[in-house]
Amino acid sequence: MSVLHIAEVTKTFSGGTHAVNSFSLDVADGELVCLLGPSGSGKSTLLRMVGGFEQPTSGRITIDGEDVTHLPPERRPTGMVFQSHALWTHMNVFKNLAFGLKLRRMPAGEIREKVEAVLELVGLAGYGDRMTNQLSGGQQQRVALARSLVLEPKILLLDEPFASLDQHLRERLREEVRDIQQRLGITTLFVTHGQDEALSMADRIVVMANGKTEQMGRPDVVYRDPKTPFVAGFIGTMNLVEGEVTNGQFTRSDFTFPLPIADGPATLAIRPEALDLTASDTPKATVHRVTDYGSHGLVDLDLADGTRLKSMVAHPDLFRTGQGVDLKPRAVAAYRNNQQIFRS
Amino acid sequence: MTSLTSTRARIDWSGIAFAVLLTLVIIGPLVVVATWAFTEVWRYPNIIPQKFGFRFWGQTLGRPDVWNALMLSLKLSTVVTLLSALICLPAAYAFARMKFPGRDILFFSFLAGHAFPKFGLLVAIAAIFLQLNLIGTFWGVVLIQLVGTLMFMIWIPVAAFQAVDRRMEEAARDVGASPLRVFWSITLPQAGPTIFAAVLLSFVGTFYETEGAWLIGAPGIRTMPVLMISYINNQMVIQYGAVLSVLLWVPSFIALMFARRVIGGGAFARGFGG
Ligand SMILES: Nc1ncnc2c1ncn2[C@@H]1O[C@H](COP(=O)(O)OP(=O)(O)OP(=O)(O)O)[C@@H](O)[C@H]1O
Ligand SMILES: [Mg+2]
Repeated sequence: MSVLHIAEVTKTFSGGTHAVNSFSLDVADGELVCLLGPSGSGKSTLLRMVGGFEQPTSGRITIDGEDVTHLPPERRPTGMVFQSHALWTHMNVFKNLAFGLKLRRMPAGEIREKVEAVLELVGLAGYGDRMTNQLSGGQQQRVALARSLVLEPKILLLDEPFASLDQHLRERLREEVRDIQQRLGITTLFVTHGQDEALSMADRIVVMANGKTEQMGRPDVVYRDPKTPFVAGFIGTMNLVEGEVTNGQFTRSDFTFPLPIADGPATLAIRPEALDLTASDTPKATVHRVTDYGSHGLVDLDLADGTRLKSMVAHPDLFRTGQGVDLKPRAVAAYRNNQQIFRS
Repeated sequence: MTSLTSTRARIDWSGIAFAVLLTLVIIGPLVVVATWAFTEVWRYPNIIPQKFGFRFWGQTLGRPDVWNALMLSLKLSTVVTLLSALICLPAAYAFARMKFPGRDILFFSFLAGHAFPKFGLLVAIAAIFLQLNLIGTFWGVVLIQLVGTLMFMIWIPVAAFQAVDRRMEEAARDVGASPLRVFWSITLPQAGPTIFAAVLLSFVGTFYETEGAWLIGAPGIRTMPVLMISYINNQMVIQYGAVLSVLLWVPSFIALMFARRVIGGGAFARGFGG
């Protein structure tokens, strides 16, 4: 029922920082979109503009067709979950959740019902009387989520909500949030710089750099077909090899690979899982280290000039440090001037 | 941890000397005053009074000028503290949360007044008050003591407001609270204990303030401490002053203990830093 429409939004801070540059995005009803990008790429700024905490320098934000660009946060149908949970420490859990409902003049009985229901939803039934500092980090973050959900916002905004939690808890909460989000069908914008988070929960990801979209699309598509070397390097592990193409042959040190593109410099991108190693009389690379993960192995390789590459192998016990190997890429992409110019 | 235990193991002579000195200078006079308050006869060269008793308590509390001064001091401190809160708390909030031209200079000027030798400043103000016919009036004393509270009532609340997490305020806006409601329901309760301590300190400070009250208030306005000074200066009976001291020490001690607990040192440090 709720769609978010961000059109040509730019934010320039008073210091002159262009945090967000003419950014556009449409989020469909019930969709979960992850904003992904390195630190300082403008993810939080964008989210805060949707929530009403920053004013765009230019551009328009609409929710269900209503222009909210100049509305203050309290008049927007958005709910935000902050990284630092930002729970009100002078209120207990119940009061934290009831505050927004009280502002809406809801009768006390109804408030109680709603709060209990949402506590149940986030797995904290019976925690209403706790003070917020009597909760674990994960529970605090659940309360923060519940505080937004209880108001049934049209758009849910999450700014790295799990960044301060340990890996294990983060994975669990990520699944819970995805679950709840799908159950409620709530349109969601989720900021993270953990790519595994983005890949595992998003309907669509937007990779940002310098306040702009580098690429947007389904996670698996972006992973398989990154359109710029930046995205290639940012999403997943990727070998990025800079070299020269002459007569349809890419060369870097002893490593060559046929590449049917015009002569000139190029960046070759090969996923570790798409780089096979074979024994050879004329080795192109030397094994630097072998790591056995049980299910698979990772081999670090050095080209003659020291360029480091990674290869994922099924049988790591076949390789030894110092061993010479030949490289057989199964799938590559090539970039020139930040554009993809070849893909196999 | 290791450095802590090693310093404890060694005997810190300079620390002990310092502690002894402090005890002599601070606790010593207090003990003497407290002893005097319960003394009926204490003649030279005895180290301990010859006769203890409550006679002077009865006499002191029976004097109408004591009660008048007490009532006046309470009224004065209340009015000054309320006015100060009314003026300073919004100003402190503005200093802590808003950006406006001249903000830093203005903030500094609030504090700079306290860098002058106080008595010189008072004399200058007294000269102005003389022209305004404020000398010897209640409101004249209120004004002068108001100036004295500015430091506590700006500095500490600024630190308190600054320490409130901005995200908490934003989260409240997010769930639908207006800026005013956020201030009332989130910012103030969060900064509350520290601000309460500042109010308490300014009340106690006003209650015991002497120079301004004396210089501006005399002769019409006689606050409690001014009355005590006149007892001592007139060499009446030492016990009157001593009884009043002990009497007034108890509430202020409680107030200061409370303030210390809430502020906990951190807010002072933040005030200096911010
Ligand atoms: N209030 C502000 N005033 C001035 N510059 C700001 C402000 N907030 C953010 N910036 C700048 O805007 C740029 C984008 O910041 P933003 O917080 O949106 O990045 P981010 O992508 O969320 O980074 P991170 O992953 O570290 O959270 C940064 O260069 C930052 O320094
Ligand atoms: Mg951020």
